[in-house]
Amino acid sequence: MRDVAVIGIGCTPFGEKWGSSFRDLFVEAGTLALDDANLSGEDIDAMYVGNMSAGRFIEQEHIGALIADYSGLSTRHIPSTRVEAACASGGLSFRQAVIAVASGMEDIVVAAGVEKMTDVGTGASVDALAGAADREWEGFVGATFPGLYAMIATDYMSRYPLTREQLAQVAVKNHYNGARNPIAQFQQEITIDTVLRSSLVADPLRLFDCSPITDGAAAVIVAPLDRAREFTDTPIRVLASEQASDTITLHDRRDISTLDATVAAGQRAFKTARITPKEIDLVEVHDCFTIAEICAIEDLGFCKKGEAGMLTMEGVTALNGDLPVNTSGGLKACGHPVGATGIKQVYEIVTQLRGDAKGRQIDGAKIGMTHNVGGTGATVAVHIFGV
Amino acid sequence: MSVARFWRKIPQRYNLIGTVCKTCGRHFFPPRSFCPDCRRSGEIVEYKFKGTGTVVTHTIIRTASDQFEDLTPYALAIIKLDEGPRITAQIVCTPEDVKIGMRVKGTFRRIAADGASGVIYYGTKYVPDE
Ligand SMILES: [Zn+2]
Repeated sequence: MRDVAVIGIGCTPFGEKWGSSFRDLFVEAGTLALDDANLSGEDIDAMYVGNMSAGRFIEQEHIGALIADYSGLSTRHIPSTRVEAACASGGLSFRQAVIAVASGMEDIVVAAGVEKMTDVGTGASVDALAGAADREWEGFVGATFPGLYAMIATDYMSRYPLTREQLAQVAVKNHYNGARNPIAQFQQEITIDTVLRSSLVADPLRLFDCSPITDGAAAVIVAPLDRAREFTDTPIRVLASEQASDTITLHDRRDISTLDATVAAGQRAFKTARITPKEIDLVEVHDCFTIAEICAIEDLGFCKKGEAGMLTMEGVTALNGDLPVNTSGGLKACGHPVGATGIKQVYEIVTQLRGDAKGRQIDGAKIGMTHNVGGTGATVAVHIFGV
Repeated sequence: MSVARFWRKIPQRYNLIGTVCKTCGRHFFPPRSFCPDCRRSGEIVEYKFKGTGTVVTHTIIRTASDQFEDLTPYALAIIKLDEGPRITAQIVCTPEDVKIGMRVKGTFRRIAADGASGVIYYGTKYVPDE
């Protein structure tokens, strides 16, 4: 297996992009990534694109060929593959690109992610997102995606001393970071009161506990580490690329409040990278809901079960804390275009490790991690990066 | 959900028909034809669940997809059936009254109406049993 490095990154601003089509979004992200790596389309050997539900959101399938075509690569006939694992589509797209390069099959590979969610109404998007869970035995009986995470929160709060204010602080912290990220959907700071006064979506989760519906695309380019300096002065190494699965339904899990797939992928990643959680300088976790960030911090091994709420309130996970979590603003404030999120997490960690994150820069960051979840935890991708 | 896709599961949805592995005694709902513990040595037969169980965790759905919007707010729970398997289901009562550990039993109810096709779907919901 060859060592792999990220040599280029690009990301559109996230938000409700009424003026941009699905195609506009991924072309914008891809062009930014190519420019960043000083590459042209001629240099690309293969593409992967994470996309959850273009069929539901814009009635378009066959996304692999579409993005290669509109990237101007149709006459080069490169392999271009769509990757789908609900909200973890982006993380798996990145992992496929890493595997392609590590195996020696390809040299210069694009890993992209894109989702155009706002062309359908709220009810239709709620229903499309429910497809990330089990349609037959969760969706059919009226389970919504926020409802499933709400049941994780209810279970968690009955067993561990997590307060409603600690949960709200996750959103407050992520909005603070989002306000320092020029691509974030929400750039306003909020208070605990903002969260507690927002409307209930699925008890105990309120509107400000939930990530928004977002349009956006992100793309990164990977290459063999021994060729990386041909393209960039700041290659970022991929130290681990791991993936795990679990039951599709929440009710069949061993423990409702523990994402065993996160535990498995995280442990494998630390083993592959030969490091411990203490050596991670910053992490982007999958905070589709505030409770999800609490579980992620614990399940990845950064603290014991039941401690993440207290640590969040103490500022440990803030920009100036010991373990900054979601410096991008996370899914909560940066936005969550589902298929693009896993690639945006890579974009943020690479930006930080290069020292280019300006107002939200973690000084001296050397090792970063990404954690991308599909559904309520049936798929998890974890990556570790180093300078 | 298409009519054919719904009808296929009517025995399970209406009558809580699952399976049990006679080799180890583990119950499955929805039914499985292969026991993950006993694999090839497992003997699987049909089993009609009693329909009683205990609330493991719960929420109140206040924003739903279009099919369920007219039911909001409604209580949703994960229920541990007395035979062992856990399921997700609605609980028909004042949503705020649902508590962890509450005893519930299955009842045959309308689940949703598909506006486009006019089809009304039925299935099992749960009511307090105390
Ligand atoms: Zn058995």
